[in-house]
Amino acid sequence: MAAYPLELILSRQLAENLAIPAFITDPAGNLLYYNEQAEALLGKRFEFTGPMSVEEWSVIFKPKTKEGKDLPPSDLPLVQTLNTHRPSHSTFWIESLGGQRHLISVTSLPLLGPEGTFYGAMAIFWTNEPAL
Amino acid sequence: MNVTFWGTRGSLPCSGPDTQIYGGNTPCVGVSVGEELLILDAGSGIRRLGISLKGKYSTFHLLLSHLHMDHIQGMGFFLPLYDPKAEVHIYGPAGHSAPLIDRLSRYLSPPLFPIRIRELPCRLFVHEVPARPFNIGSFRIVAQRVIHPGVTIGYRIQHGHSVLAYLPDHEPMLGANGRPKDPAWLSGHDLAYQAGLLIHDAQFTDEEYPRFVGWGHSCLGQTLEFARLAEVRQLALFHHDPGRDDLQMEALFQQALAKQALPFGASIPKEGEILVI
Ligand SMILES: [Zn+2]
Ligand SMILES: [Zn+2]
Repeated sequence: MAAYPLELILSRQLAENLAIPAFITDPAGNLLYYNEQAEALLGKRFEFTGPMSVEEWSVIFKPKTKEGKDLPPSDLPLVQTLNTHRPSHSTFWIESLGGQRHLISVTSLPLLGPEGTFYGAMAIFWTNEPAL
Repeated sequence: MNVTFWGTRGSLPCSGPDTQIYGGNTPCVGVSVGEELLILDAGSGIRRLGISLKGKYSTFHLLLSHLHMDHIQGMGFFLPLYDPKAEVHIYGPAGHSAPLIDRLSRYLSPPLFPIRIRELPCRLFVHEVPARPFNIGSFRIVAQRVIHPGVTIGYRIQHGHSVLAYLPDHEPMLGANGRPKDPAWLSGHDLAYQAGLLIHDAQFTDEEYPRFVGWGHSCLGQTLEFARLAEVRQLALFHHDPGRDDLQMEALFQQALAKQALPFGASIPKEGEILVI
C-alpha cells in the first residue's frame, strides 16, 4: 500500500517514452528510475542497480569539471534542484561504467504538485560529443 | 455498505430502446450504511437519486471525482439543493488556480444554467478534498489524484471493514508500455488495494483503445489487469461508451471473461442495481 505520488508516476511514464536520457528521484534524492536511454549512456541497467541513494549515484559516474577536477555532488544540477526546489542546468564530464568519458549537459526540474508540494525531481541529459 | 448505481454511462446520457438494460444516465452512485449516505458524482443519474431520497435525509454529502460535464451535469436537478431546510456538502478536487466553488459556478450560472450556485436555497458548503484521509460521519475517506485529463480524484471509502474504491475515469496504463506492472508505479493502486468493490472505468474495447490513448479512459483488458494488480474482491465495470448498446456490452463482457480466469468477481451493474459489500 505505498504507490508513488502521481507526479512521479506520470514523470516515469513520460521518461519511458522519451528518446532523451532521464532520471527521476524522490524528494530525498533516491534515484527511483532511469530510462533505457540513460542506461545506454551510463552503462548500467536499472534492473540490476535498482533504486540508488543520492550518496551512491552522485559519485558513481565520477563527475568532473571541464577542467578535470572532481565535481562535488552539491554542484550537480539534480542535487541543486533537490536542495533548492528550483530548475538547474550544467555541463560536465562523466565516466560510464565501461570507462568511457562523456561531456554531458543536464537540466533538472522540480516536480512541484498542487500547493507547491515537492514530490521529487526529474533530470534530462544528453551528450555533447561522441564518446572520447 | 449498500452501493446503488444511479448512472453508469460515460461522456453523455443516452436513453433509448437499446440502452434500457444497463441504462443511459451518466455517473452517480449512492453509498449508504444505515442512516448515512454518500453520493458519488452528479451525472444525470443524480436526478432520480434526489427524488428517491425525499424526506429521508436533511444532510447530504456529494463527492465529485472531477468537473467533466458528465460528472456534474445532473447537479442542477438534485432536489435537495432547492430545499431551504437541507444542508448540502459538496467535495471535489482543488484546482491549480480557481477555488472549487468558482469552477463549479462556471456551469451553475447563466448562460449555461438559469440559477447561480450562490443563489441555491439550501445551506451549501463546498469543500476541496484534503490530501490526508478525512471522515464524513462514520465513513473514512481517502481522496487521491489519478491519471485523467484535468485534476481528477479517485476515492477509497471505508466503513468498518468494508472498502469501496471509486475510479470512474482513469487511464492507469497510459504510457506504461506494457512493462511488468509494479504496483508502486500504478496510478490509483493505493485507493483500490484489496477493496471489497472497485468501481472502475471500462469505456473502450481493447481494439478501440489504440485510437484513444490519452483520452483518460481504460479499455476492458486494462481494467481487468488493474483490478488484478490491486487484488480487489469484486469489480464493477463502469463509465460505458454512450455508443455501446446493451447487447454489445454483454457480448464484450462475455468475450473478456472467456479469455481469462479472473481471481475476483466481475459484473456490469445495471442502472438501479444495488451491490452489497
Ligand atoms: Zn466521465
Ligand atoms: Zn472525465
